[in-house]
Amino acid sequence: MRLTKLISSTLIFCTGLACAGDGKLIGTAGLNQLEGSGGGGIVPWATLSGYDTQDEVSVNAFITQVNLEDYRLNVLGASVSLYDRAEFSVARHVFDLTTLGGEIAQTVYGAKFKLYGDVVYSDWPQLSAGVQYKDLEDTAVANLVGSEDTSGTDIYLAATKVHLGAAGGYNLVWNLTGRLTKANQLGLLGFGGPQNSDYELMLEGSLGVLFSRHFAAGIEYRQKPDNLGLGEDDWMDVFVTYIPSKKVNFTLAWADLGSIAGATGQKGLYLSVGGQLW
Amino acid sequence: MVKPLLVIAVCVAILSGCASRSDTLYEELGGQAKINEIVENFVYEIEYNDTILPYFADTDIDRFMEKFAEQLCVFSGGPCSYSGDTMEQVHGGMNITEADFNLTVDLFINAMNKANVPHTVQNKLINRMTHTREQMLYL
Repeated sequence: MRLTKLISSTLIFCTGLACAGDGKLIGTAGLNQLEGSGGGGIVPWATLSGYDTQDEVSVNAFITQVNLEDYRLNVLGASVSLYDRAEFSVARHVFDLTTLGGEIAQTVYGAKFKLYGDVVYSDWPQLSAGVQYKDLEDTAVANLVGSEDTSGTDIYLAATKVHLGAAGGYNLVWNLTGRLTKANQLGLLGFGGPQNSDYELMLEGSLGVLFSRHFAAGIEYRQKPDNLGLGEDDWMDVFVTYIPSKKVNFTLAWADLGSIAGATGQKGLYLSVGGQLW
Repeated sequence: MVKPLLVIAVCVAILSGCASRSDTLYEELGGQAKINEIVENFVYEIEYNDTILPYFADTDIDRFMEKFAEQLCVFSGGPCSYSGDTMEQVHGGMNITEADFNLTVDLFINAMNKANVPHTVQNKLINRMTHTREQMLYL
């Protein structure tokens, strides 16, 4: 519902011919991360999804799957970026318990606002602040493991910078994000728990190299709280992204998500396809 | 008189930045011949781009090619000085949007690709040019 409204309001604003955004340099728009925000794979960045500049808007969609030892996360999402200033996103998570049976679904609504800069051109990193409101639909497992709430809001501040030619002539991109959160495993296991039910600050980072205008590779790290006392681990991934055009991107990653709901060693392939629809 | 002085000051500042390096970016690029090739390709790219071409409607193309080549020579640390107008003078009144600016960068990258400039050298050159962006946008 919210997405439909966003898209229609976008179409109302957008009457000129040049409003569909493709004005950024290829590869500098980033991707949509797991929770739907513009970013890398698991970390939200200061960049907004899509190639819109300050005179343009863009609409993006993505599909991501993470195949782990005992689970499979399916994500379907879309985002709207307005004038390279504000981004609104929706992501639907379906978390298959492939070993135990059953699934957990939740929806994440995101908003992000650029506070300062341009990821490529400003002297200092681009800076953005965002929120992710997460609404858990299947609450049985969250209740079982002792979580406090079945919905929650993450708040984050992200800084991202591209350094042209900085890595032996290759462009280097880094991102650092501070997130206030109560979410257990993205919120799929609820929010807060017996160990902790307060907001905690988690640090997340990404480092990538653009080996050409069309290939990027890098690493990401995401710190996680352990509110449930189930030994929730920090996440990390190593990724390769192929960006054949501003219309589409493909990402293949190896993700190590550690222990999830007591099942340790959750590693596997992360696959994502994203595209700009407008 | 102020203008050439400013230009010289900018040149000196840029040149001194790479004076200590054994190989200048200018040499890495392949000197003036390669720069001229990039500029020729760039003009060709612009000619065939309906969005960017109108910005050059009143431009003396020969003069543009000469001054832009000078500028690239200076940016890359070559033995030149820039004798053209300031970026603000050239682009004032054009109201260049961010999207059109970035599209022109794309065309410049095409021009470098067609001149077989390696990706890493392209990035280093663009890095030396980014400061001109704010002297060109929305004026």
